Formats: sequence, C-alpha cells, structure tokens
Amino acid sequence: MSAVTITDTPGAGGTPPEAGTAQRVRTRRAQWYKQPALMAGLVIVGLILLACIAAPLLTPYNPNTQDLNNTLAGFSSKHWLGTDQLGRDTFTRLLYGGRVDLRVAFLAVLFPFVLGTILGSISGYFGGWVDTIIMRIVDIVVAFPFFVLVIALVFVLGNGERSIYVAITLVGWVSYARITRGEILVAKRQEYVLAAQSGGLGHLRIMGRHLMPNVISQGIIYGMSDIVQDILAIVTLSYLGLGIQPPTADWGTMISDGQNFLTTHWQLTTIPGLAVVATGFGLSLIGDGLADLLRPGQS
Amino acid sequence: MLQVSDLHVRIGSRRGVVRAVDGVSLEVPQGEAVGLVGESGSGKSMTLKAVLGVLPPEAKVISGEVLLDGRNLVGLSHAELNKVRGTKLAMIFQEPMSALNPVMRVGRQIAEGPQVHLGMNRAKATERALDLMRRVGIPDPERRFRAFPHEFSGGMRQRVMIAMALSCEPEVILCDEPTTALDVTIQDQILRLLAKLCRESGVSLVFVTHDLPVVAQVCQRLAVMYAGQVVEQGVVREVLTEPRHPYTLGLVRSAPDVDQVRSSLVAIPGSPPSLVTPPAGCRFHPRCKFAEEDCLVTEPPLRLISPGHATACLHHERCAESLRAERAEIAAAKDGAAHTETAHAEEAER
Repeated sequence: MSAVTITDTPGAGGTPPEAGTAQRVRTRRAQWYKQPALMAGLVIVGLILLACIAAPLLTPYNPNTQDLNNTLAGFSSKHWLGTDQLGRDTFTRLLYGGRVDLRVAFLAVLFPFVLGTILGSISGYFGGWVDTIIMRIVDIVVAFPFFVLVIALVFVLGNGERSIYVAITLVGWVSYARITRGEILVAKRQEYVLAAQSGGLGHLRIMGRHLMPNVISQGIIYGMSDIVQDILAIVTLSYLGLGIQPPTADWGTMISDGQNFLTTHWQLTTIPGLAVVATGFGLSLIGDGLADLLRPGQS
Repeated sequence: MLQVSDLHVRIGSRRGVVRAVDGVSLEVPQGEAVGLVGESGSGKSMTLKAVLGVLPPEAKVISGEVLLDGRNLVGLSHAELNKVRGTKLAMIFQEPMSALNPVMRVGRQIAEGPQVHLGMNRAKATERALDLMRRVGIPDPERRFRAFPHEFSGGMRQRVMIAMALSCEPEVILCDEPTTALDVTIQDQILRLLAKLCRESGVSLVFVTHDLPVVAQVCQRLAVMYAGQVVEQGVVREVLTEPRHPYTLGLVRSAPDVDQVRSSLVAIPGSPPSLVTPPAGCRFHPRCKFAEEDCLVTEPPLRLISPGHATACLHHERCAESLRAERAEIAAAKDGAAHTETAHAEEAER
C-alpha cells in the first residue's frame, strides 16, 4: 500500500515519502471510530458521565438525606444498591459522588496541563538560564513521590476541593513541562520555525501558533492517563479525610465510611471501588486509543 | 538596496571556532538578482542567515555591517529586527516541505505576514493571500487555500513559499537554493516565476545556489564564495565565460555546458578546507594547480581587474591563459573534425 501512494504521482515534482505517511495518518484519523480501544473507553466513560449528569432523573433520593429507620439495608427494588449506616441511598450517593470526583479530576488535569505546557514550552523554546531554572524546579518536584507531596500540600493548605486543585497543579505540572519541553526542543529545530522567524514573527506567535499545534498531542495523551491517577489521588485524599468533606458524597468518603462494615456489608466499599476501577479503565482505554491515533508514522 | 560589508560570522563548536563567514562584502542593487555560489560549507547560507539575524544560537556576527537602505541591521533588537524581517526582507527556503508548518493551512500561512505586519484583518489578509496564490500560479486558490502543505506537490509548495515571501512586498528576497529540491522541469517554472516577479515588482534577489546554469538564468551579478570568503565577483556573463579565479574556473569546468560544449567534466581535486584552521595565504592554494610560493603567504584581497569584475587571485592571468588554451584546443578539435568530414565528403564524391 505504501508503494502505491509514493509511485502514483510521477509528475508531482518529487513528492517526498512523508507526504504519503501524512496522508495515511489523516485517513486513519478520519476513521477514529474504528479503534476498538478508543471506542470501548469512550463507551465506558460516556455511560458513567451520562449516569452522573442524569443523576436527578435516575434516582428519587437526595444523596444526603438520612433515613435512620432504614440503615444498612441490602439490595432491594426501593434501594437498588442498599443504604449506608445513616440510611442514605448508596446508588444515589454513587452517582452524586461521581459528579464531584469526575469534575475535580477533570479540572485537576486541566490546571497542571495548562501550567506545565506553558512553562515547558518557554523552557524549551528559549533555553539558556530560563530553561535551567524551570528544569531545576521540575527536578525538585520530581524528587518527591507524587502522593506524598500531594498529601503534604493538602495537609498544609487545609481540606477541601480548592486545596486539591492547588496541590495537584503544583505537583502535576512537571510531567507536562518535561513532555512539552522535549517536544519543543525537537520542533524548534525544524525549518518552519526558522521560516517563521525569518518572516519577522514574534516569539509568542511562533510558540502559540506554530509550535503548539505541532507538540500538543503528547501532552493530551499523557493527560488522559494522568486523569486516572488524579481520580485515584482524589479518592485517596477523601479516604484519608483530606479531600472532599462530608456530607458531600464522593467515592473516597464512601469507601472509608463503608470499611467499618466490610465483613457484614461488603457492598458499601466494593461498589464505589468498582466505580473507581471502571472509570480508570475507561479513561486508560481512551488514552491508549488517542496515543495510537495521534502518534504519527505507525499503522 | 542591500549592502553587506566585511561580515564575519564565527560558530563555536567542540573542535574550535569555525570562521564560517570571513569578511564577506556584497552589494545588491534595487531590482537586481545577485547569485551567491559555492560548495556546501562555503558560508553561503550562513551569510543569508546573518543578514536576516536568524543565526543558530552557537553562531555570532563578530564584525561587519548589513545595511538595508543605509540602516545597519546588525545589533538591532529582536523587536526592531522583526519589523524589517518579513516586510523588507524575506526568505525562501530550499525544502518547502519542512519550511511550511505541517499543521497550518497554506492559505493561513500566506495570510499571516500581512496580518502581523500590515495590520490587516483576517478577511482582508485572506483576500490578499488568494491574490498572491493567483500571482504565483497556484490553480484554484479558493479551494487550495484550505489545504495543508502535504497535500501539495513540491513545485506547488515552493510557490506557496514564494507567495509567503511576497506577502508584505519586501525589497529583497533571499533565496536559499530554492530549486535544489525540485525536478528540472519544475525548477525551470519556478526560476521563470522568480525572474518575472523580480522584473514586475522591482524586488531584488539574493540567490544562493551551487548550480551555475541556474545563476546564469536568473541573476545579473554573481559572487563566488570559497571557505567563507568571496573569491570572485562580477557580472554573471563575464564571470562565467571569463573566470579569473581558479576556483570559479573549476566550478565552470565541473558543470556541463554553461558556454560551450566540453568533452569531459573536470572535478576540483581535494575537498574544502577546515574553517577552524584555514590554510594560510590564499585558502584555495592546496587545491590550486596555479599556486606559487606567494600564494602560501599573502592572503589575496579582492581586486578589480576590469570594471565590474573583481577577483581574489594573485595569478588570475594564468586562469585566462588556461581558458584560452582550452578554447584553442576545442576549436582545433572542431576544426579537425570539420576537415576530416570534408575529406570524407570529397572522397565520397570521387
């Protein structure tokens, strides 16, 4: 197939082979729905998202309304997944908890993504002492394990959603900075950058309009796997009592609340745990699928 | 008018300081095309990059001036330089594929210059880009505007590059081997296009190449570079037919048929010298068959030998002699051939 794309344009004035590759990548991108991993991931995450968004339509209960006459109930037609120790409907809390966790996870990827990409491209583009300073800061942050640093930061900043954003942004940007810097280092050697400089374009324009679209895909792919880690981090923080504060439902608090009843009412911890696993699995599949799709040159 | 005077560019490398451009002076009058010819590594591209101020970070202009309409561009701040680049100076690159942004639509790339430098809004810049695409001969510009570079053929890409270079009506366009990556028929189209645009809009061209026929087709003046220096300079026809530097002579003899039919091509022996430790005296002497004692000692300056023709060879008469001898030989051979032919004809008659 490759031979055909190269040889069927004899008068094209020396079409280099990479044109054929680019063509193939484009057709492959146009048929993104044929990627099984991506499709499976999109279906899983789509269903979870849809259920969380449509929560008020799917359940008649309020996630925080207690019914002390009906605590620790098992599965039934009234309470599909039973109730917890305060008589709150588990299914309802699962859906509302998902709303919180997914929103926080998405934003907790977006902020470090933006910060890391900007700092990484500045670092890679300008080089010199700017690069040295930014990369030394990256080294310092990387020297600590992710969870240890996030937990320590949340501990210092105080509980709550905002601290989670700040903590994850401060720790998570380094990966994006490293990825983007590496990509920029390669891309800025390309002739089109020299051409843009010769055309008298400013640094900001060259970085934003010319380099960014060429280097952003690696960051996006990483973001997809990062969101999984962030969900785990948020759930972990909430489990430790540092994240989302009760009575707001979220999967981490549900797991930690339920663990006292693990031997008698396993569903209280297992079900939110399964929700975390399913979400993480779906997001990983999307990440893999996107990586296949955006990575050029392989079929 | 663009003037380069006594330009020195040095590159720091692990093996030492490379004297990439060593005292180059050039003059590009309004509306003329000046060819800059030499082997790879002779400093042609570095000279262009120094003029534009887009040298790689390890290279530096040590001394010299780049005057554009009397204003020195060397040492201007980045912002000031950006006002000149694109509006008064533009560049066309060798590889149009890699010099175009692969993820930007070609129309937008052409329109970007006018948007940034001429303060046009998007719609007006689009209009102008379409107009430019028509001018450089891209068929169906409305549809091609939205295409990506990889959807174009090599020749069409180079037309896009030319349109980009023209987009802000520059005074000088620097061309870095713009036709090397194209096949011969396309090359001819592009050269004709450049020559035509040059005539129509009074743009000056600096044309870097190692292809002498290309220079003969497009340029009025020619500067030959060797090892970071200009060794011969003058009107194209004169330099190519009456080379007065052994290096130019070598180039002419190694190219097929600039001026006359030659029976065999002659390569220049040896290879270009290291620019970290260039040879003393004339830099060409290790490869020169006319070299004498004095060539090893004195660094020959560029001297006028006739109006509009300068050479940096101490023994330039010997080039002329060698050329005369070669021509006589060819003429004799032709004569001989003619004689035998007539002899044959006479014999047949009998």
